[in-house]
Amino acid sequence: MASVAYNHVFKNYGTGAVAVKDLNLQILDTEFMVLVGPSGCGKSTALRMLAGLEEISDGEIKIGDRIVNEVPARERDIAMVFQSYALYPHMSVYDNMAFGLKMRRTPKSEIETKVNEASKILGLDNFLKRKPRQLSGGQRQRVALGRAIVRNPQVFLLDEPLSNLDAQLRVETRINLQKLHKDLDATFIYVTHDQVEAMTMGDRIAVMKEGVLQQVASPREIYDDPANMYVAGFIGSPKMNFIPVTVSGKTAKASGFSLELPKAPGIEKGVMGIRPEDMTEVPHEGFPQIEMSVEVVEVLGSDQFLYGKCGGDDIIARLDPQFKVAVGDKVRLHVNMRRLHLFDVGTERAVL
Amino acid sequence: MSVATAGSIPQTRRRPVKPGKVVGRVLFYLLVVLILAYILFPFYWAARTSFMPDSDIYLTPVQYWPKNFTVQHYINAFSETTFLRAILNSALVGVAATVLSVLFGASASYALARFNFLGRNVALYLILAMSMFPGISILGALYTVLQKVHLYNTLYALIIVYLTFSLPLMVWIMQSFFRGMPRDLEEAAYVDGASQFQTFWRIMMPLAAPGLATAGILTLMGCWQEFLFALSFELSSSHWTVPLAIANTGANQASAFQIPWGDQMAETLVVMLPLIAVVLLLQRRIISGLTAGAVKG
Repeated sequence: MASVAYNHVFKNYGTGAVAVKDLNLQILDTEFMVLVGPSGCGKSTALRMLAGLEEISDGEIKIGDRIVNEVPARERDIAMVFQSYALYPHMSVYDNMAFGLKMRRTPKSEIETKVNEASKILGLDNFLKRKPRQLSGGQRQRVALGRAIVRNPQVFLLDEPLSNLDAQLRVETRINLQKLHKDLDATFIYVTHDQVEAMTMGDRIAVMKEGVLQQVASPREIYDDPANMYVAGFIGSPKMNFIPVTVSGKTAKASGFSLELPKAPGIEKGVMGIRPEDMTEVPHEGFPQIEMSVEVVEVLGSDQFLYGKCGGDDIIARLDPQFKVAVGDKVRLHVNMRRLHLFDVGTERAVL
Repeated sequence: MSVATAGSIPQTRRRPVKPGKVVGRVLFYLLVVLILAYILFPFYWAARTSFMPDSDIYLTPVQYWPKNFTVQHYINAFSETTFLRAILNSALVGVAATVLSVLFGASASYALARFNFLGRNVALYLILAMSMFPGISILGALYTVLQKVHLYNTLYALIIVYLTFSLPLMVWIMQSFFRGMPRDLEEAAYVDGASQFQTFWRIMMPLAAPGLATAGILTLMGCWQEFLFALSFELSSSHWTVPLAIANTGANQASAFQIPWGDQMAETLVVMLPLIAVVLLLQRRIISGLTAGAVKG
């Protein structure tokens, strides 16, 4: 097991396109780190550079104390689970899992023990003689995991390993992966575009956008204190409400309301961020009121979403489903000021 | 469900067949029969001739089915040592050239398909250009070269020459095959600790088997039936390949002024059999290989 460090890492392509810009990221030993972002944000490239499948254009990557820039993939002692699983189609499940050990000249008896051990953990005992094409998607995915486990590598790299599974299996596998991480006590680096996977699995989450790391923090911190508008908007569903405001002193004025901020943010124009669940129909002490005209109501049993306008701005509110609302109503919402966000219009950084 | 099917039965039963469709069908099968006849007629004619006594072959009216059935031509063929020796020679040369062509062709085309190196495209187009040369245009040059390296009138000469002409085709078929394979598999192998050569040999080669089989069959067939180079580079009858041996059948006999059609046709059919066997045998492999699929999620 080992830690991983990206120090000022760049990835440029010959055409001038930059996939990763000045990435600095320290991943602790035995940590479950999730790299998350939309497609093309550089998260996969960052992972592939660590795996040794892409060259590092600038900067250095360390696994443990070793700088691995010039180390070929096969000597980095990492294991990777691919989105396509990349199982060797002509080999049985057993041989798929044993391949990495064979390449490292592990004695036969040891290979057998390790493969049997891993197949027991993953429930693949009965499929060892089958070929990948005779397995279901979920089983293939487990074989891909098994191939990584038997190697007992320094770092596990997982590149969107759940995206080819159906929804139910995905949830199941997500939970199993977390258990596996605990049992193996290994360093996991997990790439996904799915914020739910990121929030549920990561010890820490690294949010990336256009090759630039936006924020690294625990899921709770990412959700509660997003560093900028991008992170605030990317994590959370439905999305955080963004309302343009003009600020003078401690007063923030939007098109439909004005609020007293707890302190003067020192900017003139800003964007206020309120998560849909941070507004309530129940009056609370110290919660200022805003008025929303309701355009669409969605009741989902456990939740009720209101879509509408506050002044000239679109907002979404998430309320108790017992609260009766009809389209066209004007609803008084009370804003939880402790969970209010304010961003600078220019830099998009959080200022409050 | 059962109601729906019950309701649809009379519909399908009574649907009238359109006359236009019938005509189309008939024309289609007529064409199939025509093409089959065109392809199979020479085989039929060779077979007919091989089972007739020599005296019947030239008879008019033409016998479409041998009246005096005989297997004498086959007995002649198998008692001719030159012919038997030629089968061995052809097998040796064909298998050697094919195996070498598969080995060199696969590794060259893998490199051309996957690695970026200086002059890759130049190499690729040179190889393609090679396959456009008609053999006869470099016959003289090849003769001189083989003479210089003392390979003239040896079987090595044919192996080398056949390799030269089969490699371009092999490389072109295989490099497009390798290009179509998912990169993930190789990357998984690298991460698993395999070297580039191990990845090629243990992962890519088995997966390329269908393509290799196709290209290999083409190469083998080409070698088996090649006449021009064999005629030009093999002097002694102990080095003859099958086409040479067939062409020379009866040349030394008293009946040198008469072409021994019966013997030749019998020999032709005999040498076709292994080829047909190989194709049928490997064709199964090819089809099963292509439908297997590599990394479907």
